[in-house]
Amino acid sequence: MIPLEHVILLSAVLFAIGVIGVVTRRNLIVILMSIELMLNAANLAFVGFNRLWPGGAGENALDGQVFVLMVITVAAAEVAVGLGIVISMFRNRDSVDIEDVSLLRW
Amino acid sequence: MTFPAFLFYVFAALAVLSALGMVLNVRNTVAAAMSLVVTMVALAGIYVLLEAHLVAVVQVMVYGGAIVVLFLFVVMLLNLRSDDFAPGRARLQKLAGALLGLALLAQVVRSSVAFGAFPPLPDGFGGYRQVGIALYTDYVLLVEVASLLLTAAIVGALILAKRKID
Repeated sequence: MIPLEHVILLSAVLFAIGVIGVVTRRNLIVILMSIELMLNAANLAFVGFNRLWPGGAGENALDGQVFVLMVITVAAAEVAVGLGIVISMFRNRDSVDIEDVSLLRW
Repeated sequence: MTFPAFLFYVFAALAVLSALGMVLNVRNTVAAAMSLVVTMVALAGIYVLLEAHLVAVVQVMVYGGAIVVLFLFVVMLLNLRSDDFAPGRARLQKLAGALLGLALLAQVVRSSVAFGAFPPLPDGFGGYRQVGIALYTDYVLLVEVASLLLTAAIVGALILAKRKID
């Protein structure tokens, strides 16, 4: 039997790694990957808690898993738009370093 | 320790190590994307152990397939020079980032309670049939909103990545 405490701990560790990646890295592509990692950590917590409260006899309560599917949808949309921004930033600035786009206008 | 629990710890170690490999890899973005694949597949294994079978399949298809391939396409398309991967940033900011992450982790650990063992499962829990029924009855509005969001994202990504907007 898997203890839910350890699932939540794993989720927290992955989220913390994602936060560290977002805060310390300068490559915009890696920052987007770290955001994906944080979304996955939240998904893991959703799935774990859904396993703890799976609904009564003969009736499924799958709210957590439905939320996970929605988070995956949003993550896919976010990556498409984010990488579009990366490409247009590389065209204009010839770089994917976020320090090079710290100005709002130029 | 039962076999599923053992598998859980193997997948958990794999996920944490590959996530660290992604964040700490400052030389090669392609290798970072590959580490992300390992994290996603390990998480899919954990989803199977937690009886979320459909979610595990979607995780492998969407994350392991589509999203990471998109990352790899962009990394290769941009043909980045190696100095674009420079670690950069002052040491102080790195320390602040690590402290922020550790503070978040400590907060979760501090506020966690004992949850107890998992209850027995109802029939078909986490399978495509039950998740599909939930999606198309209780959450049908959510599905429609998600389709709108995806349409908007497609249009937005096309416009952003276009060479010249006219």
